[in-house]
Amino acid sequence: MSFNNLDQLYRSVIMDHYKNPRNKGSLDENTVTIDMNNPTCGDRIHLTLKLNDGIVEDAKFDGEGCSISMSSASMMTQIVKGKKLDEALELAGIFSKMMLGEDFDDEKYDLGDVEALQGVAKFPARIKCATLAWKAMEKGVNNEKN
Amino acid sequence: MIPKDIKSYFPILNQEINGHPLVYLDSAATSQKPIQVIEALTNYYNLDNSNVHRGVHTLGNRATDSYEGAREKVRKFINAASMQEIIFMRGTTTALNTVAGGYGRQNIVEGDEIVITYMEHHSNIIPWQQLAKDKGAVLKYIELEADGTISIEKAREAITAKTKIVSVMYVSNVLGSINPVKEIAKIAHENGAIMVVDGAQAAPHMKIDVQDLDCDFFAFSGHKMCAPTGIGVLYGKKALLENMEPVEFGGEMIDFVGLQESTWKELPWKFEGGTPIIAGAIGLGAAIDFLEEIGLDNIAAHEHHLAGYAMDQLSTIDGLTIFGPTDPMKRCGLVTFNLDDVHPHDVATVLDMSGIAVRAGHHCAQPLMKWLQVTATARASFYMYNDEADIDALVAGLRSAKEYFGDVF
Repeated sequence: MSFNNLDQLYRSVIMDHYKNPRNKGSLDENTVTIDMNNPTCGDRIHLTLKLNDGIVEDAKFDGEGCSISMSSASMMTQIVKGKKLDEALELAGIFSKMMLGEDFDDEKYDLGDVEALQGVAKFPARIKCATLAWKAMEKGVNNEKN
Repeated sequence: MIPKDIKSYFPILNQEINGHPLVYLDSAATSQKPIQVIEALTNYYNLDNSNVHRGVHTLGNRATDSYEGAREKVRKFINAASMQEIIFMRGTTTALNTVAGGYGRQNIVEGDEIVITYMEHHSNIIPWQQLAKDKGAVLKYIELEADGTISIEKAREAITAKTKIVSVMYVSNVLGSINPVKEIAKIAHENGAIMVVDGAQAAPHMKIDVQDLDCDFFAFSGHKMCAPTGIGVLYGKKALLENMEPVEFGGEMIDFVGLQESTWKELPWKFEGGTPIIAGAIGLGAAIDFLEEIGLDNIAAHEHHLAGYAMDQLSTIDGLTIFGPTDPMKRCGLVTFNLDDVHPHDVATVLDMSGIAVRAGHHCAQPLMKWLQVTATARASFYMYNDEADIDALVAGLRSAKEYFGDVF
């Protein structure tokens, strides 16, 4: 059986984040907490963000889900750390475009490992898995801004 | 016996998905439709389409005859005593909500108990939750045995003199187990409660006899038994339906409308407000003809065989856990499982790349997932058009998934 298509979805960098998630756990103090789930499949994320002086100082996640949702959460926490709130929201916008298969600005930020998730756009049933953590981050940052 | 050329009746099965012949193992979510049902719908719209119960013209008569003819087919299919006990609805969810919102709202008072089980589908949990909250009633759950079955003893413990409604699924959409609803109905009646049966996963796969079960309400959906989506049935005992107020009001269901008050048509039409699901009901009638031609006993035997074969074959895969009863005779044709270290979504995506359609997720049964201590599972479900070769393809696909995820790790 050939799994060339699958390789577009499950790149080794994704599997690495799934097996060795970065920023796994929960921040204790002075944090914004967001719990979100995907009611159609049961994936859930518990995200804690430390937001100070308009900057995402730290981010950790906990949760349960498939390789795509958990690796995406790992990558998201990695890339937003140290970013300004507006930048974090902008990254969420870029990620959303990437998932919809639309053109996105790939010059402004070094997307790093996140680029490996581009292949998810070709698997419509899995897009919601990938966007869960980003939606949680967006919600947390927006709540803080308002 | 199932006819050898059974797949040829289902045009959708004759296609490739991602470069492989389609292996459809998701019939518990919705079944595929035979050409006979598709043609019944086409013929209705090409030749007979009209509104029912009102026109004096010929098309109106034809549509009414076909619609009411389908009701008689349903009556026979579940062995109800009267056509007045057969109400067409959108599906099981609407039917259960109608019982909760009609019978429940009229009869439940503070302190009453409603008894369900841990394995129920959300559609047989939430209507009762809402009713219990509104009325100050208590929602109780019958505990499951270790293998995911329901014991009569546990049912007896949960159902008391305070119980007014017991509602249990006939066949579990996750565990595949066939529940002793006839025995539970007896316990319910001994305690003065009514018995509601969610028959969504049972009606497609085995002979139903509502009089033998002695249930008070029985709900099922057409789309899981070869009929179109959007048509289902609520059966209710005549005496109960006669005393039950409609939940939907409007055209079709009235007898006389005054400025301040109105009266209702007789059964079953008082529960069918608005233009009914005419084509859907006719499609359901055609599906029943089809199922009866194949034979419900043949379908049940075929599925027991496939369930047994699937469990044998799947057990040869290291790290694969099967949920539910191990005896294939105690279950319908579905197997829910998890593969070590590979999330069910990932399993489903890998299988899809090989043309195999399975379900992954919580199967609308979150309390049961909690009881099983999992967040999600994968499910392969079978129908008359599946065969051993489909299960062999599933097993090969799962082995590849294991290999693939083993490699990338």
